[in-house]
Amino acid sequence: MMNTGNDRSKEWPLWEIFIRARNGLDHKHCGSLHAPDAKAALQSARDVFTRRQEGVSIWAVRAENICASDPDSKAEMFDPAEDKIYRHPTFYKLPKEVDNM
Amino acid sequence: MYTQSMDLPQKKEQSASAPGAPENPEYQREFDARLAQGEFIEAKDWMPEAYRKTLIRQISQHAHSEIVGMLPEGNWITRAPTLKRKAILLAKVQDEGGHGLYLYSAAETLGISRDEMFEALHTGKAKYSSIFNYPTLTWADIGVIGWLVDGAAIMNQIPLCRCSYGPYARAMVRICKEESFHQRQGFDLLMTMMQGTNEQRVMVQDAVNRWWWPSLMMFGPHDSESTHSERGKQWGIKRISNDDLRQKFVDATAPQADILGVTLPDPNLKWNEKQERYEFGNIDWDEFWNVVNGNGHCNRERLAARVSAWQDGEWVREAALAHANKRAAKHPDGRVGEQAAPSMETAPMQTAPTAGST
Repeated sequence: MMNTGNDRSKEWPLWEIFIRARNGLDHKHCGSLHAPDAKAALQSARDVFTRRQEGVSIWAVRAENICASDPDSKAEMFDPAEDKIYRHPTFYKLPKEVDNM
Repeated sequence: MYTQSMDLPQKKEQSASAPGAPENPEYQREFDARLAQGEFIEAKDWMPEAYRKTLIRQISQHAHSEIVGMLPEGNWITRAPTLKRKAILLAKVQDEGGHGLYLYSAAETLGISRDEMFEALHTGKAKYSSIFNYPTLTWADIGVIGWLVDGAAIMNQIPLCRCSYGPYARAMVRICKEESFHQRQGFDLLMTMMQGTNEQRVMVQDAVNRWWWPSLMMFGPHDSESTHSERGKQWGIKRISNDDLRQKFVDATAPQADILGVTLPDPNLKWNEKQERYEFGNIDWDEFWNVVNGNGHCNRERLAARVSAWQDGEWVREAALAHANKRAAKHPDGRVGEQAAPSMETAPMQTAPTAGST
């Protein structure tokens, strides 16, 4: 029988995939996929995201294990940094002679 | 492979969901302002229901097109003339599967499940691009699909890389990068055949004759017939109109046909010096609608193949999940039992860096 769309218990869990393009670089999020377990997630990620040598290392993380900040609290989370311009080097006006400090 | 600009299916649902007044005026203003500034909308951001629904429809339709598009080409894998061509075709068909996956994932961020999308495809509720309901009769069709069908797809898809919905735009960037190989291998295949026997040249011309008009139809109905274009533009999910894209495609393709040494089957096709573009003949829209509405050569066959692939795979999906659940129960630490059964592939997972190492 065809699986009805409503039966979520039959669906493979979602994994977020992070790939290190080459040593020296961070792992970077590149997409997501469904897989029954970690081993299958890594195998699928290899097939799906590294067919053209895009990576040398893969992390697979269950999507449900990622906690994300709420877009609605974006302002209270990030706006306080807005007026702290003294955190940037360009805030300080130095004499020409030492301005490449 | 590509999306078809087709604003028509599920029109009723669409207009029913179109809000008379914004659901949340304050959020709506912020949303509109972000679009106006060319900012991206991300998955968890507030968005109007109609925007969400339109994207789900467009992205899932696009995803369905990718995986149904595997069928006409997959048909030729076992009959590719050389090992090299077989390897190329396998790689291309595998890419199409991957493209489907990127797009299904993008659509899932909008709150629809993969299985719900499959259900819509399998019951005929969701559409896929009508081009895949044409049969692939000869090996030359494989080349022509790469050259014309993927060529049209690229025209359609490049503007989508700047689409306002972040996950869709990122999927499109990835797809467009891979798509170029598809078109080039097609042209390369056809060039090889054109340098072959007379019979092979006839075969190429025949394939071009059959695929040219359906390729032009891929851009969807004329702008005057396209109901949601204005809104799509406003929402940043349809940046160039159907007719403009079609014109760009003809302008790019006609000179390529000359290089290849084939004729495009349109007696009205000619260069307009003044307007610096090609003029071309009228598209047979009756044929287009006939195929969209389920009466193309292969509509039933394609859908039946998808449904049986889904049904035949059910026991595999269930077994894999049951196996994973069983192992997870044995190893509740979440490492899914690699300690119990270390293997070459999974051993490095044990030393996966902790968050601190990033």
